[in-house]
Amino acid sequence: MFYREAGQFKSSYKEDQAIFPILQDRIGVGLILLIAFFGIPLFASEYVLSAVMIPFLILSLAAIGLNILTGYAGQISLGTGGFMAVGAFAAYKFATFSFMIGQYEGTVPIIITILLAGVMAALVGIMFGIPSLRIKGFYLAVATLASQFFLEWIFIKVGWFTNYSPSGVITAPPLEVMGYLFDTPAEKYLFTLGFVAILAMAAKNLVRSHIGRGWMAIRDMDIAAEIIGFKPLNTKLSAFAVSSFFCGVAGALWAFVYLGTVEPEAFNINRSFSILFMVIIGGMGSILGSFIGAAFILLLPIFLSNVPPMIGWDIGVDLVAHIEFMVFGVLIIFFLIVEPHGLARLWTIGKEKLRSWPFPY
Amino acid sequence: METFISDFLFFVEVLLSGLLTGSLYSLIALGFVLIFKASGVFNFAQGAMMLFAALSMVGIQEMLGVHWTVAFLLAVVVMIALAWCVEKFVLGKLVNQEPIILFMATIGVTFFLDGFGQTVWGSDIKVMDIGLPDGVFDVGGIFIDQLELVAGGTAAVMVLVLAVFFNKTRIGRALRAVADDHQAAMSVGISLRFIWIVVWSVAGLVGLVAGVMWGSKLGVQFSLSLIALKALPVLMLGGFTSIPGAIIGGLIIGSGEKLAEIYLGPFVGGAIENWFAYMLAMVFLLFRPQGLFGEKIIERV
Repeated sequence: MFYREAGQFKSSYKEDQAIFPILQDRIGVGLILLIAFFGIPLFASEYVLSAVMIPFLILSLAAIGLNILTGYAGQISLGTGGFMAVGAFAAYKFATFSFMIGQYEGTVPIIITILLAGVMAALVGIMFGIPSLRIKGFYLAVATLASQFFLEWIFIKVGWFTNYSPSGVITAPPLEVMGYLFDTPAEKYLFTLGFVAILAMAAKNLVRSHIGRGWMAIRDMDIAAEIIGFKPLNTKLSAFAVSSFFCGVAGALWAFVYLGTVEPEAFNINRSFSILFMVIIGGMGSILGSFIGAAFILLLPIFLSNVPPMIGWDIGVDLVAHIEFMVFGVLIIFFLIVEPHGLARLWTIGKEKLRSWPFPY
Repeated sequence: METFISDFLFFVEVLLSGLLTGSLYSLIALGFVLIFKASGVFNFAQGAMMLFAALSMVGIQEMLGVHWTVAFLLAVVVMIALAWCVEKFVLGKLVNQEPIILFMATIGVTFFLDGFGQTVWGSDIKVMDIGLPDGVFDVGGIFIDQLELVAGGTAAVMVLVLAVFFNKTRIGRALRAVADDHQAAMSVGISLRFIWIVVWSVAGLVGLVAGVMWGSKLGVQFSLSLIALKALPVLMLGGFTSIPGAIIGGLIIGSGEKLAEIYLGPFVGGAIENWFAYMLAMVFLLFRPQGLFGEKIIERV
């Protein structure tokens, strides 16, 4: 960076441990939020908002969730899609649930619905996290596939989850908060952004708290962490719970805000894999990395499928899809070779370099 | 009594069919185990390698119009070239990285191979016809699929050949040395890079054989690379480092999921084949975290 912490003196522990201790960082984050909340909805086209920005934000949220589990707590999971599905279908069940108080008939407010869906996903996550107490590493990764396939199957087979819809597809209710309807792409974008900004900030704070340090201790060496007093049961299961909460909220938003109508196939194994890519390409153990990874994985295919027509190269649609696969694979390998610790790491290195630039000695 | 006997025959038939399908899973799992043992890489690309090998073989056969044995040998050459490329361009650049990074790199290889194979050879379903019998045997009222029987036999032969290769040949012993301890193997003059190429080639060969079998059964198509996901619970059950484990795990998973589908499926709405294998393996792992024959994981702080 072109700025340093020189001259910014802290006179209390509270100031010293603030989330962004440097003034310029605070200004930077404020600017990004300002652009995200006002600049983008004002100037971006409807297509960009609804087909790029909304899925980007939601997938970033899911990536943060998986990053908490894989990047911070060191438990590899391939069941992200399953937990997102739990969020989506739980939100649907809560949203279509109506209750009576006296003569007043009400439904659960949409924001509470989405948060409750996250809580349901967290409970399911804890259940499927129990094997992690015995199973480690790649064995655990494969075991989490059980949750992916089982959850996908149960939402297809059990009619109760879809309110016995014959096609197995659920349709999200309109997004109405306190009588205000979030309808246009810009409004939906802001709705999503609100959730993502608050939850990302919460995650950022969580990983530097006592709980987050416990996760990292478990990741680095679980036996050592146990010896210095972190209970594996609490630590691992809390990582599963928080991670699944994020994924569940992301799933609910994916269903309610992005797609509108959802079938369980929207949360299949490929979804789980693509979110794992985001985490690894973006950077494990980095909240910023989750955003970068999501942008990379989401934008790259859009970019790749637009290149051949742009340069006037007319080839078949399925051939384009195959070539996309190839280029995608090569780029993943390329980035792993260039920076195995993810794109967020490049950012950190760049910052370090610029700190002493132009006099590195 | 009459119904009891026919029920029993049906049970045996389901069990046998499950065991034979299981041996096909074992074939895929074998490739995983070979690479994991020798290089500690969890090779997600095994399924894609199987698809690519089968596609290459059928493609070469169609293009040159040669006998399938020639196409098979040429496909072996293709797989060796692939092994060399993987070592040269992927693994060689990622030496000493964490296992998850290597795992991720093999996912990259998976994407590349899926795309490359279909770009070169096309994405239509191809027929793999090498004169394997289809139709069923009738053994005392039990029907056995002939193709599955051939596949089971092939799997058994593969395992025998691999066992001889590992135990009796010089390269095989070098492979085992590398599997035990990279550093020690290097210090007695074994070239790691050469060993990795050999291992990936052998895994490619195993993938080719598996691809021929599955291709004859289902046709050579993209979904073959998805079947490889079924080999994962087999691996978990058997242990990532054990060749006998891959075989026995395959048999347990194959028969378990067939029996579950027939006898439990109707009670819960069917199609439980998709997840039953994973659940079985997961519950099993709770009792034995390193799988049936896996090496005991000893951890030190």
